[in-house]
Amino acid sequence: MQRITLYSLLFALYFILSSCSRTASNHQILLATTTSVQDSGLLDVLIPAFEKASGFRIKPIAVGSGEAMAMGRRGDADVLLVHSPKDEEAFMNEGFGQSRQLIMTNTYIIVGPSQDPAGCLGTKSATEALAKIANTKSIFVSRADKSGTHKKEMSLWNKASITPTGTPYIQAQSGMGAVLQIADEKKGYTLTDRATYLAFKSKIALKIMVAGDTDLINYYSVIVPNPNKFPKMNLKGAESWADFLLASTTQKVIAEFGQDKFGKPLFYPALTNE
Amino acid sequence: MNELFEVVITSLQVSGISLVIAALMAIPLGAVIGLSNFRGKKLVLGLVNTGMGLPPILVGLVVALLLWRSGPLGFLGLLYSRTAIIIAQTVIAIPIITAFVMVGLQKIDPELIQQTTALGATRWQMFIILVREAKLALLTAVMAGFGGIISEVGAVMMVGGNIKGDTRVLTTGILLETRMGNFNTALVMGLVLLMISFVINLTLTIIQQKDSRQ
Repeated sequence: MQRITLYSLLFALYFILSSCSRTASNHQILLATTTSVQDSGLLDVLIPAFEKASGFRIKPIAVGSGEAMAMGRRGDADVLLVHSPKDEEAFMNEGFGQSRQLIMTNTYIIVGPSQDPAGCLGTKSATEALAKIANTKSIFVSRADKSGTHKKEMSLWNKASITPTGTPYIQAQSGMGAVLQIADEKKGYTLTDRATYLAFKSKIALKIMVAGDTDLINYYSVIVPNPNKFPKMNLKGAESWADFLLASTTQKVIAEFGQDKFGKPLFYPALTNE
Repeated sequence: MNELFEVVITSLQVSGISLVIAALMAIPLGAVIGLSNFRGKKLVLGLVNTGMGLPPILVGLVVALLLWRSGPLGFLGLLYSRTAIIIAQTVIAIPIITAFVMVGLQKIDPELIQQTTALGATRWQMFIILVREAKLALLTAVMAGFGGIISEVGAVMMVGGNIKGDTRVLTTGILLETRMGNFNTALVMGLVLLMISFVINLTLTIIQQKDSRQ
């Protein structure tokens, strides 16, 4: 009986190891990115174009910006595409990154119920709107997951010198779509990126309350980790992806993405004269 | 539609391979534990039964920790691949199948074992006979193992990364579509998953029930 078990174990081990991916590790690029980038569908357009042009294979792992940078700190990713500027600066200052380049932006908006109990419809300043929400003790749903959106939300509260607490402040610890739905159900406010809002618009009753504040710009950057710290990383692949994102043809693709589906672009490229 | 097909094939591949590997390891293991008597048998039984209830997400986390580039087995470069999913699913399925086999074989008449030994059967022949006797229990074990892994989403997400065309399976696909707000697509995938599960389980049940009156 033991021999059978032993042979089975050996066979299984062989089977597992032999079905290992044949792609050489220097042809693969592990991209740690955020759920908002993946959910928008932009990667589904950019990645095939890049793979065709460069011969690399990209493995996009969509987690929050926080987790993506944690992966970067451990050397578990070859390149990062994130949108959490303060954390990115810390990442670079601590020597974990070789380069950080802005590739595109989009905008955050504050959305809320049409009844607008906090009276913040049309408020120009995001921090002012948050103050109104806090003062009227209106419901606000937070991502609460250390994502780029969550970090932006916290920086706005910080700027308004408010610490959100109490029952009206719901810490959902969920993705953007789920948070929008929670806010919709509870008739509360939330901070969202425009792209996810557009994707969910037909399913929820929330309306745009505040938009256009410069505080609400969402900056997406590509970070190539520091090869001195992480000798095993695919440096060539990472740099190739970063160069691709900044190439004028790609920037043009980014500018046009979403126009046909939503009537307006979802992202604004960093390198056009607009 | 093409994507859905891709996802279905991936699901069947990884779950199928995992199930086969797990069965090959767990059935002999369960047989050994179930049929032998040794000190501490109850402890081992208890451990295996606990393994049945082992949270799959914990398995996913531990496998991920081992396979991360910065982890002890990182040099294998296995994280975010189908191999990693197979590893995780196999670990999840083994205690489930072992537990059912252990219990199933305990019900075999000990006289049968004595008679077969008396007739000069080798251990391998004994094993085949026992497998036939315990067919009902063994197939239930396999179905339980299959059920455990075809429905798993957290561990597969963690070690596979839900990469399109590579490690996206039906369950993680449902998660992604839901997150993006495509509820209809998510429901369709759910139905497909259910149908596949039903067909496979029905087939196994038919095999199980065949000639069970001998």
